[in-house]
Amino acid sequence: MKNLIDLEKKINSELTTKINKTEIKHNQIYIEIDKDDLVDTVLFIKTNNDTKFRQLIDITVVDFAEMTQRFKVVYLFLSHEFNQRLILSYPITENEVIPSITSIFPAANWMEREVFDMYGVNFKDHPDLRRILTDYGFEGHPLRKDFPLTGHTEVRYSEDKKKVISEPVKLEQNYRNFDYKSPWEGTKYISEQSKKDDKKN
Amino acid sequence: MTKKIKNLNLNFGPQHPAAHGVLRLILELDGEVVEKADPHIGLLHRGTEKLIENKTYMQAVPYFDRLDYVAPMNQEHAFALAVEKILKIEVPIRAQLIRVMFCEIGRILSHILNVTTQALDVGALTPSLWGFEERETLMSFYERASGSRLHANYFRAGGVHQDLPAGLDNDIAKFCENFPKVINDLENLLTDNRIFKQRNVDIGIVTKEDALDYSFSGVMIRGSGVPWDLRKSQPYDCYEQLEFKIPVGKNGDCYDRYLCRIEEMKESVSIIKQCLGKMEKGPVKTFDGKITPPSKKEIKQSMEALIHHFKLFTEGYRVPKDEIYTAVEAPKGEFGVYLISDGSSKPYKCKIRAPGFSHLQSMDYLIKGHMLADVPAVLGSLDIVFGEVDR
Repeated sequence: MKNLIDLEKKINSELTTKINKTEIKHNQIYIEIDKDDLVDTVLFIKTNNDTKFRQLIDITVVDFAEMTQRFKVVYLFLSHEFNQRLILSYPITENEVIPSITSIFPAANWMEREVFDMYGVNFKDHPDLRRILTDYGFEGHPLRKDFPLTGHTEVRYSEDKKKVISEPVKLEQNYRNFDYKSPWEGTKYISEQSKKDDKKN
Repeated sequence: MTKKIKNLNLNFGPQHPAAHGVLRLILELDGEVVEKADPHIGLLHRGTEKLIENKTYMQAVPYFDRLDYVAPMNQEHAFALAVEKILKIEVPIRAQLIRVMFCEIGRILSHILNVTTQALDVGALTPSLWGFEERETLMSFYERASGSRLHANYFRAGGVHQDLPAGLDNDIAKFCENFPKVINDLENLLTDNRIFKQRNVDIGIVTKEDALDYSFSGVMIRGSGVPWDLRKSQPYDCYEQLEFKIPVGKNGDCYDRYLCRIEEMKESVSIIKQCLGKMEKGPVKTFDGKITPPSKKEIKQSMEALIHHFKLFTEGYRVPKDEIYTAVEAPKGEFGVYLISDGSSKPYKCKIRAPGFSHLQSMDYLIKGHMLADVPAVLGSLDIVFGEVDR
C-alpha cells in the first residue's frame, strides 16, 4: 500500500496476535514482534499483495548490555512496489537461539553470519553458520558492548618463529574515554526561551 | 574402465590482481567449470562500526571515507543525512547543491574505475590509462574543496565543511565540457569491441526475481531491468529539483551492467552541470550554533563563541534519542546507515549497510557453471571494493 497509515492498519489487522507495537517515524514503519512469530511475519510481509516487502536490506543486532533481554534483533525491509521501508525488531536474551530466514531470503545468509560473528547470536537452521569478518581463529564477539575497543590480542610477525603470532595487547597508553556529563547543554535560543516564558505566563 | 576424477580446489586471491583487493575466493573446479565458489572476506576488517560507537558524531565522518574509498563523499552523505533527520535540521540550498555535485563526481570516479578495470580484467589495457587521467582531475577537485584527494571528510551534519574555493566551479564546468568526449573514446574502445563482448555478453546473468531475493541494488538491479534508483524513488537533498534519467539494462548480464555505468556517467555530468547552474552565493552550513562551530573571526571576538568552539570539538553535539535508517544511492548501490542515538554525543549503534556485501554474497549463485576465465569478468561487473564489504 502506498500510504503508510493504511499499511500500518493492514499489518495490524492481519497480524493482530503477532504484533506487539507499531510506530510510524521518519517515513518508515517500525514493528515490534516476538521471536517465535518471526518466520510467519516475514513470510506475510514478503508475499502479501498489499505489503510486498520483497527485499531484505539488512539484519543487525543492538546490544543493550544492562538489560535482561540483552539483544534487539533488527531486520530492515524494502518494498519496491510501494516504495516503503519497514523495520522489524524483537528482543532476545543472551543465549537464545533465533530462527534463520535464509529459506525465505537467500540474502540473509551472510547477514546472519555477520550477526553471529559480531554478537555471538546463534541461528537455528542456518545452512553455513561460520564467522565471516573476523580473522581465522578469532575469539570473542567484537560488537558487544563489553568487548574492549582495543581488543584482546594483537598480531605481529615473530622473527624467531618465522611466522605471524598473536599475543595479548600491550598499549603504551590506554584508550582515553572522557566522561562528558557536563552541565553544558548548548545554546538556548531567544525564540525558544520566549516561548517558554509565554507558557509560564 | 572408468576413472574417478576429483574436483580441484583452487585458491583465487587474496593476492590476485583480478580479485579487486583482498578477496580470497575458494573455487571448486570440475575441469575448467566452476562448481562452487566460497568467498572468504574480512581481510580488510577494521571494526569501523565499533570505532564509530566510541567517537563523536563529527569524528565519525572520516570513517565513512574509508569504506568505499573510490567514492568517499557518497558514504559521508548517508551519515550526514541520518544525523540531520534525527536533529531535524535544514540544510541551506547551496550546501545541498555542493553535496549533490560532489556525490555525482564520486559516482563518475567509481564508475570510471569499475569500467576500466573490468576492461583490464578481460584483457584491455588502454581504457584504464585513459580513465585514470580523468580520475586524477576529479580527485584534484576533491582536493581543492576539502584538502585531500581521497579521504575528504567534507560533509557535515547540516551542510559541508567549507565553501568552494574561488574558480573551482569554472574548472568543474570545463571538465563537464571535456568529459563526454572521454566517455565516447572509452565507448569506441569497448562497446562494440568483439573481445570485450565475447567476455561479457551472457555472462553472470541475474534475473529480476533473483536480484530482489539477493538484496541487489544500484547497477546490479538496474542491469536486470528493474527501474529502481533511490535518487528518484526516495529523493534526498535537492535531487528532486534536478532532471536526470535512470538507465536500465535488459538482459542482466555483465555487458548490460557495463552499459548502465557508461550511461550513468553521462547522466552524472548533466547533474553536475545543473548543480553549477543553480548554485548561488549563500551559506554552506546550518546556522544552528549547537551543531555548526563558530567562524574563526567570531572566536577572536566573542567569549561565547570560544566556549562553543571548545565544547563542539571536545564533547561534540548531542543527538536526541532516536532510531533511523537512511539510505543513499551510492555508485555501487544502496548504501545505508542504521543509526541509534541515545541522547549523548556518541552514536549508540551505527550499522553500515554496504551494497557490495550483498553483491559478493551472490558470487556462488552467479558463477556456478561458468568457466574459470569468467570469474574475473563477473567479479569486475559486481563492482566490489573491499573497504565497504569488510568495514
